[in-house]
Amino acid sequence: MIHSLFLINASGDIFLEKHWKSVVSRSVCDYFFEAQERASEAENVPPVIPTPHHYLLSVYRHKIFFVAVIQSEVPPLFVIEFLHRVVDTFQDYFGVCSEVIIKDNVVVVYEVLEEMLDNGFPLATESNILKELIKPPTILRTVVNTITGSTNVGDQLPTGQLSVVPWRRTGVKYTNNEAYFDVIEEIDAIIDKSGSTITAEIQGVIDACVKLTGMPDLTLSFMNPRLLDDVSFHPCVRFKRWESERILSFIPPDGNFRLLSYHVSAQNLVAIPVYVKHNISFRDSSSLGRFEITVGPKQTMGKSVEGVMVTSQMPKSVLNMTLTPSQGTHVFDPVTKLLSWDVGKINPQKLPSLKGNVSLQAGTSKPDENPTINLQFKIQQLAISGLKVNRLDMYGEKYKPFKGIKYMTKAGKFQVRT
Amino acid sequence: MAASPAYGEEKGGSSSLGEPEYGHDPASGGIFSSDYKRWGQCGRRGRGRALPVWPPLQALAALLGGEAVPEPGPERHPMGTGTGTGMWMRMVMWIGIRKLLRQLPVGPAGWQKTPEGGDVAEEVTSPVLATEAGQPTCYSALRADELRPLAGAKPAVDTGTTGPPPRHDDLKEMLDSNKDSLKLEAMKRIVAMIARGKNASDLFPAVVKNVACKNIEVKKLVYVYLVRYAEEQQDLALLSISTFQRGLKDPNQLIRASALRVLSSIRVPIIVPIMMLAIKEAASDMSPYVRKTAAHAIPKLYSLDSDQKDQLIEVIEKLLADKTTLVAGSVVMAFEEVCPERIDLIHKNYRKLCNLLIDVEEWGQVVIINMLTRYARTQFLSPNQNGLTCQQESLLEENTEKAFYGSEEEDAKDAKAEAASLAKRKPYVMDPDHRLLLRNTKPLLQSRNAAVVMAVAQLYFHLAPKAEVGVIAKALVRLLRSHSEVQYVVLQNVATMSIKRRGMFEPYLKSFYIRSTDPTQIKILKLEVLTNLANETNISTILREFQTYIRSMDKDFVAATIQAIGRCATNIGKVRDTCLNGLVQLLSNRDELVVAESVVVIKKLLQMQPAQHSEIIKHMAKLTDNIQVPMARASILWLIGEYCEHVPKIAPDVLRKMAKSFTNEEDIVKLQVINLAAKLYLTNSKQSKLLTQYVLNLAKYDQNYDIRDRARFIRQLIVPTEKSGALNKYAKKLFLAQKPAPILESSFKDRDHFQLGSLSHLLNAKAVGYQELPDWPDEAPDPSVRNVEVPEWTKCTSREKRKEKVEKPFYSDSEGESGPTESADSEPESGSEENSSSSSSGSSSSGTEEEEEEEEDSGEQSEDKEEEEKRPKRKDKEGSHKAILGSAGSPSEEEEEEEGAKKAKKKAPQGRKGHAETSSEEASTSESSSSGSDSGSEAEAKQRKVPPRSKASPKEISLLDLDDFTPPPPQPIPSSSIISTSLVTDLEGLTLTDTSLTPTLLSPAFSAVKTYELLHRMAGEGLAVEYCFSRRPFPGDPHMVAVQIQISNNTDTEVKNLRVNEPKPLSGMRIQEFPEIECLAPGDTATVVMGIDFCDSTQAANFQLCTHTRQFYVSIQPPVGELMAPVFMSENEFKKEQGKLMGMSEITEKLTLPEKCRSDHTIVQQVTSAANVGRVPCGASNEYRFAAKTVTSGSLVLITLERREGSTAQLTINSEKMVIGTMLVKDIIQALAQ
Repeated sequence: MIHSLFLINASGDIFLEKHWKSVVSRSVCDYFFEAQERASEAENVPPVIPTPHHYLLSVYRHKIFFVAVIQSEVPPLFVIEFLHRVVDTFQDYFGVCSEVIIKDNVVVVYEVLEEMLDNGFPLATESNILKELIKPPTILRTVVNTITGSTNVGDQLPTGQLSVVPWRRTGVKYTNNEAYFDVIEEIDAIIDKSGSTITAEIQGVIDACVKLTGMPDLTLSFMNPRLLDDVSFHPCVRFKRWESERILSFIPPDGNFRLLSYHVSAQNLVAIPVYVKHNISFRDSSSLGRFEITVGPKQTMGKSVEGVMVTSQMPKSVLNMTLTPSQGTHVFDPVTKLLSWDVGKINPQKLPSLKGNVSLQAGTSKPDENPTINLQFKIQQLAISGLKVNRLDMYGEKYKPFKGIKYMTKAGKFQVRT
Repeated sequence: MAASPAYGEEKGGSSSLGEPEYGHDPASGGIFSSDYKRWGQCGRRGRGRALPVWPPLQALAALLGGEAVPEPGPERHPMGTGTGTGMWMRMVMWIGIRKLLRQLPVGPAGWQKTPEGGDVAEEVTSPVLATEAGQPTCYSALRADELRPLAGAKPAVDTGTTGPPPRHDDLKEMLDSNKDSLKLEAMKRIVAMIARGKNASDLFPAVVKNVACKNIEVKKLVYVYLVRYAEEQQDLALLSISTFQRGLKDPNQLIRASALRVLSSIRVPIIVPIMMLAIKEAASDMSPYVRKTAAHAIPKLYSLDSDQKDQLIEVIEKLLADKTTLVAGSVVMAFEEVCPERIDLIHKNYRKLCNLLIDVEEWGQVVIINMLTRYARTQFLSPNQNGLTCQQESLLEENTEKAFYGSEEEDAKDAKAEAASLAKRKPYVMDPDHRLLLRNTKPLLQSRNAAVVMAVAQLYFHLAPKAEVGVIAKALVRLLRSHSEVQYVVLQNVATMSIKRRGMFEPYLKSFYIRSTDPTQIKILKLEVLTNLANETNISTILREFQTYIRSMDKDFVAATIQAIGRCATNIGKVRDTCLNGLVQLLSNRDELVVAESVVVIKKLLQMQPAQHSEIIKHMAKLTDNIQVPMARASILWLIGEYCEHVPKIAPDVLRKMAKSFTNEEDIVKLQVINLAAKLYLTNSKQSKLLTQYVLNLAKYDQNYDIRDRARFIRQLIVPTEKSGALNKYAKKLFLAQKPAPILESSFKDRDHFQLGSLSHLLNAKAVGYQELPDWPDEAPDPSVRNVEVPEWTKCTSREKRKEKVEKPFYSDSEGESGPTESADSEPESGSEENSSSSSSGSSSSGTEEEEEEEEDSGEQSEDKEEEEKRPKRKDKEGSHKAILGSAGSPSEEEEEEEGAKKAKKKAPQGRKGHAETSSEEASTSESSSSGSDSGSEAEAKQRKVPPRSKASPKEISLLDLDDFTPPPPQPIPSSSIISTSLVTDLEGLTLTDTSLTPTLLSPAFSAVKTYELLHRMAGEGLAVEYCFSRRPFPGDPHMVAVQIQISNNTDTEVKNLRVNEPKPLSGMRIQEFPEIECLAPGDTATVVMGIDFCDSTQAANFQLCTHTRQFYVSIQPPVGELMAPVFMSENEFKKEQGKLMGMSEITEKLTLPEKCRSDHTIVQQVTSAANVGRVPCGASNEYRFAAKTVTSGSLVLITLERREGSTAQLTINSEKMVIGTMLVKDIIQALAQ
């Protein structure tokens, strides 16, 4: 299956290699560099590159290319999904996944990779098993280790791999037993010029942070489970129970995990919480253009819209922009032509606006496309689909856990065409 | 034996024979080097035949020569027990251990002090070695092949060690030190070097010594190093083998596994026999984790030495039969890598794999699903080929067009080969195993792992009936939210699917709309899908969307959009003009690339109907002044030439202009200029003769020989000379022939001959190791090959297991903590579990569980044999539907009942809990959840008091239900009041699983095996009795309902004279007792069948169950659905009978079907599980009819279920027996509502 893995940074250096079978020369990456050169941007490098003797499958995350070398037929998603899992694991271990961090922790990285695959076939990808095998480095532990000479590698072999609930280790203990659930919904939308919605969907996730002693068995039920159209579960969720009763019943992993991700059926009309009024015009004759946008709340169910951020990729012929915002700060990068405006919170009484002039390159004709506006925002305490958690029960343990639910609505891929 | 190039280079090094080869190695520690010295001497002593060999081998040779070595040996190792390979292993081990363990504190305590020389001598000179058949080959192979590279490799080490780069000296020193922290530091630095790709091979001797280091992190890092460099330093790597071999014998399963893992990862061909032996041994290890590791090791060994294939296949076969989920994925992976062609190995394991699938870890699921897809293609018939179903299914499909064609085709086929197709025309019935696969993979569409979802999607695409493929669309669309790489792969597959099954993705059209932030490659794929999905109804929205794309800044994307518009225009005639107009407008775009692309596309479109578009051609002619892109210019010229008759005035002028600029044009344009000139010459020679000659003259001296050739050829063809032959006359025909319009096709067309989701499909080229997806067979291969000795058992195992798996942690905890009340009945069970697993290492509760299961399995296997004897008799009856449960008295069924009962018991407390809580609490919002948990625990406390009472008296409770007029409990289970809905659901689910194994059409005897408890083990003092309705006619009396009773003796004494005593039937009821059971041994179970005539009432039949010591009062209460037997009737008969039973005899009820209960399949299943009825064929697709007769009086019960729009439905029951009717309505509605 997966033969080798190369980690390549933005400047094209291979800074880590790992082989699970015999060694593949790193010159195989030349094919990758070729493809990278051909693609103008990093994200346009094709994920699958055939070479005479190998196939290179890569993912690009955190400005690092993770290039897997395989030699024979294997479902490409298998490899890609695994590579993403590797990145997630690194993130889980080190907080962030960057070249510097990986280089600093190269031994841990190597040990983790060694455990994740056996002969190129995934062996342990559950992070709790891995963490039992190889403890993630913390400052405290590093200090202790250097003093006492103890090690990062768990001296007990993990039992998780043998368990029927491989996602949870045994013998978890907490003094404060808490379970938090974040219902986060993202609105993906395309709004056209006139402000009408072309497509809008809600994608939601329930992220959990469960710190409970022992082997708790939780059930989570919704007031309106029918809203959920398409769901995918963490492996801990009992599918049958969901099928028959629409109740999430599970023995949770320890710590942070994504319990569920769902899609709210497209038939439901999606309330769009903000609107953008825009007036962007480039005049053919002069080298000046007008730029004016206003953001306002629309259907927010009485909640305030926060963390609003407007970004827009300007056409190449835009030289500079002189703008004045009514609130927040704005930046225009004349190199990447990216305008970003950090609005903050929308005050319905005084709508934030950004007005000003655009100076265009003299002599060129006006750009034929107006820039699209990408919007980010957050609404606390609201799940825009109306999903509500009914109750959370715990069985199997005697103590009373602290339970918390948080709702949030965010903009996903929210685009306004102008 | 292929030596790596490194050896070749360094072969010239010293090979001084008698020298203590490693003696002067400054790096290796004192003990180490002195060991080697001794080896050297040893070699000298036995030099008679000595080659330049590696010292241990010399020692070996010496030993084999009969020379005893006065050295202390290890205790006799259990592994060296006779075979040749064993002997070799023993040797290596012996040497390895001797040299290595000396430094290791972990070595077997004290052997060094107690030399048992005699023992060693005996062991080494054992005559067994010489006489064993396997041994000489092994040994000679060693000498002939393996020694050479070893000899060659030795100098490599020498050069590496004599002149080591100075920078590694410190590392070596650190490795040799006694401090673990220094060693660790050194190993970390070395691993960091490996990670950066730096060569650290010269440290091998220093590192390998630490293989048995006590510090686990050092050890692991040494493993990492070893696996990386062992291939290059084969001889030294052998030193480590003994450590792993010792690990293989460790009592801790995880150490065994890790030893096997590293051992098998060392790519040293010389240890192939050792690996083989280790794998074989591990494959029958007690621990499933070790077996999993063995499965992983198989492909490693195979890649090392493919000659071992046959032996490995044996191991694979063995592991395939493994019943644990842990092993399944890994062994199938090994199967795919070693012997994917041996599909026959899968037969026996097919059902098991299907059933285990949902519990296998996600990566294993992908591999298994892909393999099963291939398997199913070879073993089942295509679900889409046959007449009846094809029509039905295509009607269901959204794409009515297809349905229409499909049926027409079918008609034509029928007409053609009526006689031939007679055999074929029998309605297609899906193989139950085929259905099993589809059903068991479907939940995996909900997986969080994109690869699993994709695997299921491709399985459905390749295997499912057309009507069912639609379910995958939603899941695939969901994946589009994922990372862009995932999107890329998924979109490729969606593009292929959307060509074949357009209707499937149409509802999700908007999900493929493009955002300006998408990477270009994603944009282009989305565009492809949008184009594939375009049809007459949605084209206008798609075109509007395309219009915004055209203005994008991403010009590659704009070009792709224009091509997409062109494709839409060719495919959908209605919008051709609109598209054309739009494209023509683009001709005035400022971006040249856009214009050029438009020209090319317009050219293709115009070819379809040139006459109407002379205006456009004229417009394009004008463009030649401005547009510079060669392809576009060439396209315009071709158009003008081709349709010069439509633009007679402009064409010569264009030629004139082109002639002027001819020399500056690109080649492709020049060729078209020549073409244009030729065509004009033929149609309008008066105006263009001179121009043509001018162009041809220019072309004659062109630098490009293609152009020169073309000019010469055309001149000869069109300009009549005396020499030119007959062709001249046909010149016009040649040039101005009608040319067929091009067809714009998707590049994804026909890609589905590759298995979707595969690398080959993505690349559209066969990848190395790709297994072709076979075509459906014409004739179904024998389905009985998949019958396992006890098919019922396998199914039931896995189901049971799943249940256990899910429920276990919860219960095991409650057992531990909730005190004696609750665990009263589960205690003995858990106790037995512990017993069974206490012999194993049992490091975790889960481990024990697995082992317990194994034990159960082995128990069964003995029963298998019994079963096999009975088999022939049963075969006739059951035919291919072997999997149906419920033949009376088969031991496997007993097992199953037991399982069911266990389950019911386990379920009960939870059910109670749920029940208590919902009733005692109002729904509290989660924000105020603390109060909720308060009351929750109260409720828990409450219900904890309840169980003992309710458990102790199931009989009493059932007696309470005697009243005929009270409606029966939701599911008429005797103990229903203590078993809450969740249990019912579970039982329902249970039956569901079974049903679908039977063909959906007309299953007369629906073998629902819901087991009910007759006598609880506690109440019965160790005697547990359960019963179920087998739904088979009772042999003695047709008016009796057959009740199958299973008695298990859980006491530790024999139970004798088990019989029914003093039946006290209510008026009219008759009971036919089962024959007395003489004796039931402890732990045994017996199954008997008794018949009860319930007189068509749901009243309980009471009787005494007697043993030689005691009497138990028991009662059996039938669910109303069991009081009938299916009858077969035609649609007309049904209608006629229904007509007779109107008015009072008709009961009608409206109901709402839950979403998942809307497919035909589930509806039929649910109804047949609720009642023992037979399906009546029905013309209308939204109606379901069932018929049955009550057992005693034989009065008809007719059930009609009519689906209305949306989710509503109407249930009608016609029966003389009104009580039965009303009760049945309730039962069916309840069944459907779940």
